[in-house]
Amino acid sequence: MLKQFEQQWGQKIMTTKPLQVAIEKKIKAGQKAFIPYIMAGDGGLKAIRKQILFLQNEGVTAIELGIPFTDPVADGPVIQEAGSRALKEGANLKVILNEMAQFKEDIQVPLIIMSYLNPILAYGIEKFVAKCEEVGIAGLIIPDLPVEESEMIRSKLITSPVALVQLVSLTSPQNRIEKIAKAAEGFIYAVTVNGITGVRNEFGKSLDEHLHNLKEISNIPVLAGFGISTPEQVEKIGAMADGVIVGSAIVKAFHEGNESAIKALLPKVVVND
Amino acid sequence: MVKELSEQKAGRYGKFGGQFVPETLMTALNELETAYDEATKDPSFHEELQYYLKDYVGRENPLYYAERLTKKIGGAKIYLKREDLNHTGAHKINNALGQALLALRMGKKKIVAETGAGQHGVATATVCALFDLECVIFMGKEDVRRQALNVFRMELLGATVVSVDQGGGTLKDAVNEALRYWVTNVEDTHYILGSALGPHPFPRIVRDFQRVIGDETRKQILEKEGRLPNAIVACVGGGSNAIGMFHPFVNDESVKLYGVEAAGSGIQTGLHAAAFAELKEGVLHGAYMYLLQDDNGFIQEAHSISAGLDYPGVGPEHCYLHDIGRVKYSSVTDDEALEGLKLLSRTEGIIPALESAHAIYRAAEIAKEMKPDEILVICLSGRGDKDVETVRAAMGAENHDN
Ligand SMILES: Cc1ncc(COP(=O)(O)O)c(C=O)c1O
Repeated sequence: MLKQFEQQWGQKIMTTKPLQVAIEKKIKAGQKAFIPYIMAGDGGLKAIRKQILFLQNEGVTAIELGIPFTDPVADGPVIQEAGSRALKEGANLKVILNEMAQFKEDIQVPLIIMSYLNPILAYGIEKFVAKCEEVGIAGLIIPDLPVEESEMIRSKLITSPVALVQLVSLTSPQNRIEKIAKAAEGFIYAVTVNGITGVRNEFGKSLDEHLHNLKEISNIPVLAGFGISTPEQVEKIGAMADGVIVGSAIVKAFHEGNESAIKALLPKVVVND
Repeated sequence: MVKELSEQKAGRYGKFGGQFVPETLMTALNELETAYDEATKDPSFHEELQYYLKDYVGRENPLYYAERLTKKIGGAKIYLKREDLNHTGAHKINNALGQALLALRMGKKKIVAETGAGQHGVATATVCALFDLECVIFMGKEDVRRQALNVFRMELLGATVVSVDQGGGTLKDAVNEALRYWVTNVEDTHYILGSALGPHPFPRIVRDFQRVIGDETRKQILEKEGRLPNAIVACVGGGSNAIGMFHPFVNDESVKLYGVEAAGSGIQTGLHAAAFAELKEGVLHGAYMYLLQDDNGFIQEAHSISAGLDYPGVGPEHCYLHDIGRVKYSSVTDDEALEGLKLLSRTEGIIPALESAHAIYRAAEIAKEMKPDEILVICLSGRGDKDVETVRAAMGAENHDN
């Protein structure tokens, strides 16, 4: 079956994408994956390189690179404000990708672009995928593209190393979770709260069960994110999953120039890597 | 024939529509769709809705022959569909009522909504008071300023009004915040979206609850004139009054349909709210539609003197009706809308909402080119009480010159 498709496309179909391989490597070494989120262009376009290299140097598993948008409905105040600052700096998908092309040789850590759908549509899906491959982007997270609508992008990634990461939420019923798990590439992004990105003090009791269930169903890594903002949460929630994604706390620390706060968030195993 | 094409695949109108929302909302949308499908099959739901539409909203409202306006224009016979006479003063209550009954069926006791002009917010706060539902309304800070009276009305009705500072502080920003609130409180909260916008099934639900406008108009014009109108004109913000008016006539090819968007300071100035003037496709608030945006896919602020038309997109079914050529869309500037408002006020003693005034201005132009034995219907979507301050400020200098 695979062979048939490959002949048809004349290219190799990517079933296991490099992003997944990188995360699994971490897990196999008995460690937790740690993916920080940064807002591209917050602090200026030149800050992108600095922030990526800093995090790479700290041994993070991958980096999620947020693209600023005028209407970020899935984001809380911290990332909204970072996005507004980045917009004021003139950041957009095009200049960010061009900026990254300048220093792609320096990057070894997998990069994941997180963008709302409309900037990608405006860029042109095929052109965007080609540019991602050129720059060496490992994954895409599109928060307003549920699995039902994802064909428009997925169909362009069949032979590409770029993974389309799917989100699963606490509200997703079992049959949806199964459907999403089937479609997922790279890793499954388990949204840990009903809500938007941001800082949380508490997580629902059902989270443990939810993540356990997800790991049962999925045969790719499950990473938890949204609202994780303290070293204690990184440890506690990391223990229930294959790793964590930390957004607002990282964005805030970079904005405040507080690099030691970022180091404190990294799970100890990562630092020892 | 057109009707069958209208929603070929659930939630799709041609290439428009869809469900472009965070995963956390997908389950709520699926639940809503199921609950709505069940409700439409349940006669007791219709009975209840009919009861409140009649005894609470005051339907059916008149289809009024505007004789002096007709004489003044000197063309087609002009009728006004009087949505302005509804309880709370606009068509918005039709949808708010229907969706509140739906929320009750789903066992949700909390409501969130966005509002631009404040009309949808007032309508939502009203039905929440009526059914004892907790109510949070998001409103852009610019709209809070220009619709201060409606803010107070909502608060009187027991709603919490939250001013939204992000972006330009208008309707689109209020929708963003309402969506964020809904994502966070989805388990016990229903989002009463106020226009024929957003992810499926909202465009369909809102249209169905608003089609009472067109259904009544059809019946009334047949009673009065024994035939269908030659033309119908409605203003288009997100498109709910227009789609509700148009929908029952879409298959009557003899009835020309006109949608009127806000041209703000003029299309060429870039300060407008006319998505059909630019025809750029994109995704915002869960739907694929025509949308004001720049080359980077960043959404542009809409501009209009009327808060209710101040939205950068237009509902997916309208996008489809545009593409198949069934409805003609055009736009009217702030100044022209003020003309329309004065025209109706002075010929008929009816002060229209600024939104509706856009339809009046364009309708007057269209009627003028029509024959006296032809009929034109205007959807008078709301009354102008809420706009008197804005109009006074806009007319400023010319206040005393006539
Ligand atoms: C009186 C009135 N007419 C029209 C509109 C525009 O909305 P829609 O296009 O959904 O009918 C509004 C919106 O607030 C309104 O208050």
